[in-house]
Amino acid sequence: MQVKIEHLTKRFGDFTAVEDFNMVFDDGKLVALLGPSGCGKSTILNMLSGILPSTSGKIYFDETDVTNVPPQDRGVGLVFQNYALYPHMSVLENIAFPLEIKKVPKEERNKKAEEMARLVHVDQYLHRKPKELSGGQQQRVAIARALIKQPRLLLLDEPLSNLDARLRLEMREEIRRIQLETGVTTVFVTHDQEEAMSISDKIVLMKNGVLQQEAGPQELYDNPANLFVANFLGNPPINNLNGYIKDGYFVLEDESGKIKINNPNVKEGQQVVMGIRAESVAIKDGDHDFEATVKQRYTMGKEELAFLNIGNQTIRVYLSSDYEFKEGETVFVKLRDKGVFLFDKETGVQI
Amino acid sequence: MKNNDAVKKFFIYLILALGGIIMIFPFYWMISGSFKTAAEYNSFPPVWIPGNWLNFDNFTKAFEQAPLMKYFLNSCIVTFSSVTINGFITILAAFGFSRLKFKGKEAVFALLVAFMMVPFEMQVITNYQTVARLNLIDTLPVLVIPFTSSIFYTYILKGFFDTVPDSLYYSARIDGASNWKYLWRVMVPIARPSLVTIMLLNAIASWNSFMWVQLVINSDRNRTIPLGIFAFVSDAGSDPKLQLAAATIAVLPMIILFLFARKYIVSGVSRGGIKG
Ligand SMILES: Nc1ncnc2c1ncn2[C@@H]1O[C@H](COP(=O)(O)OP(=O)(O)OP(=O)(O)O)[C@@H](O)[C@H]1O
Ligand SMILES: [Mg+2]
Repeated sequence: MQVKIEHLTKRFGDFTAVEDFNMVFDDGKLVALLGPSGCGKSTILNMLSGILPSTSGKIYFDETDVTNVPPQDRGVGLVFQNYALYPHMSVLENIAFPLEIKKVPKEERNKKAEEMARLVHVDQYLHRKPKELSGGQQQRVAIARALIKQPRLLLLDEPLSNLDARLRLEMREEIRRIQLETGVTTVFVTHDQEEAMSISDKIVLMKNGVLQQEAGPQELYDNPANLFVANFLGNPPINNLNGYIKDGYFVLEDESGKIKINNPNVKEGQQVVMGIRAESVAIKDGDHDFEATVKQRYTMGKEELAFLNIGNQTIRVYLSSDYEFKEGETVFVKLRDKGVFLFDKETGVQI
Repeated sequence: MKNNDAVKKFFIYLILALGGIIMIFPFYWMISGSFKTAAEYNSFPPVWIPGNWLNFDNFTKAFEQAPLMKYFLNSCIVTFSSVTINGFITILAAFGFSRLKFKGKEAVFALLVAFMMVPFEMQVITNYQTVARLNLIDTLPVLVIPFTSSIFYTYILKGFFDTVPDSLYYSARIDGASNWKYLWRVMVPIARPSLVTIMLLNAIASWNSFMWVQLVINSDRNRTIPLGIFAFVSDAGSDPKLQLAAATIAVLPMIILFLFARKYIVSGVSRGGIKG
């Protein structure tokens, strides 16, 4: 099912949690709603499920306007951050609950519930109570319960945030598998950029209730609309160099270096921020853009990184192992084309 | 160190045991007394253990001398009705105050809680006038009607309902459950320990109720067991053995009820499986 959101706004008193949000979620896709804490992700999700009434704007499921349809009639499945399993019911009863409400005969609903349990791999725990399950198992039960009535839209609110790092990796693959297997349109809330990048067809990035950018994970990484998006995605985070434009050059703010810009959109004297991905910097002799001093080296897993001082600013870069140098040494750096962006300093918009 | 702990433990248990004996002794005296023969009862020094625990003479006599069975039945009817009706209304009210949204909810609830300060003895007068005008004096329903709702129990249960996470409610709504269905299928089962506790308290209060019963019941056939035993003291002469037998009959149901409900009351403390 396709979901279309038009001018959706939510205010709590005079605080605007979501502002003029427009969006289309395509049928059968997994979309990640990404953004820092408090940016309105849950608010959007709750408006989609019908738990929270919107202040203004419209929500369409396919062609139907569901803005004022109560939650139970929307045909959505929702998984809460804390899973919200019914503590007094067994796994089987929990999964079967939506069908019980629909008065499906016991035998039939138990059969369906067992099927769902198999899909999410909890079929060996059918008679346990939720508190006798691990976090990951509880989450799967919650997903099974959300899926059993064959929702047209599956909503997941930070379903992985209670899990440890390894289980998170495992479960996000699981969610992707289940989503692909069932083909249900899914909206997945997270504040973890890596999670969003790894499993979604599309990422919707929010900040303070305002949409920043919507794009595929790679597109979002390769072509951020603004500085916020660029800073939010990527680990290690993108480097920011402050400077201004002069005679077609980007000049560092302390004037310790400059680099030729072939961007027709820049204006003379414009204050800008250059965003440089850590992997877009090469350290090499000969042809180079900046001189830099090695401040500190460190390793992260199998990767080697270094902090470099360029003038009075610091960037973080990946090192290739075939180039040996010590801390304090001066090196030459060359920027690649890909992964280097210019942003207007005031508006943050990519130039 | 270890020795010290053992000594400490010993004294703690000693004090607990003493406390236990002090609490239990009157019950024991009552129950054992109702099985004693006249000789055993009157002997000095006292006989601690009746010669024959199957000596039901006192009970038979007690039942012959007063319609204890009738009183007992009245008490059962009154208590059962009070507990079920009050339980039902308390559940609905607590749910309303805890979960539903309506205008003036906070104010109404604050007002009700303020009413809790008014002692029962003061309500008795107005309650009496009300039931008198309704022509209900000296009937069994009058023993139930004023107690069909309770602010205190509503307050307790609302407090528990408030601790159940919102997400459970919203989950159930999305799963298609109405408020009604959610209440009975999710909220009430989760709140069972609290519910059993308040129902038990209510049952005890209702079973032991004396002042109100004495005020509104005139005829013998409508007496409940506490009033019955009170009257028994004069009706049946003053054979204390018979009084003890009657008293034993009176407390027995509450003791049995407590033993059954005990495991729920204890598990009321450990309410697992709900997070966040
Ligand atoms: N009932 C409410 N009343 C007032 N403000 C609210 C209410 N619910 C949410 N907000 C505010 O709206 C903003 C968005 O909240 P929301 O729960 O959508 O954030 P979120 O993006 O889901 O954050 P998180 O990642 O921490 O869950 C927050 O600033 C929050 O304080
Ligand atoms: Mg949230």
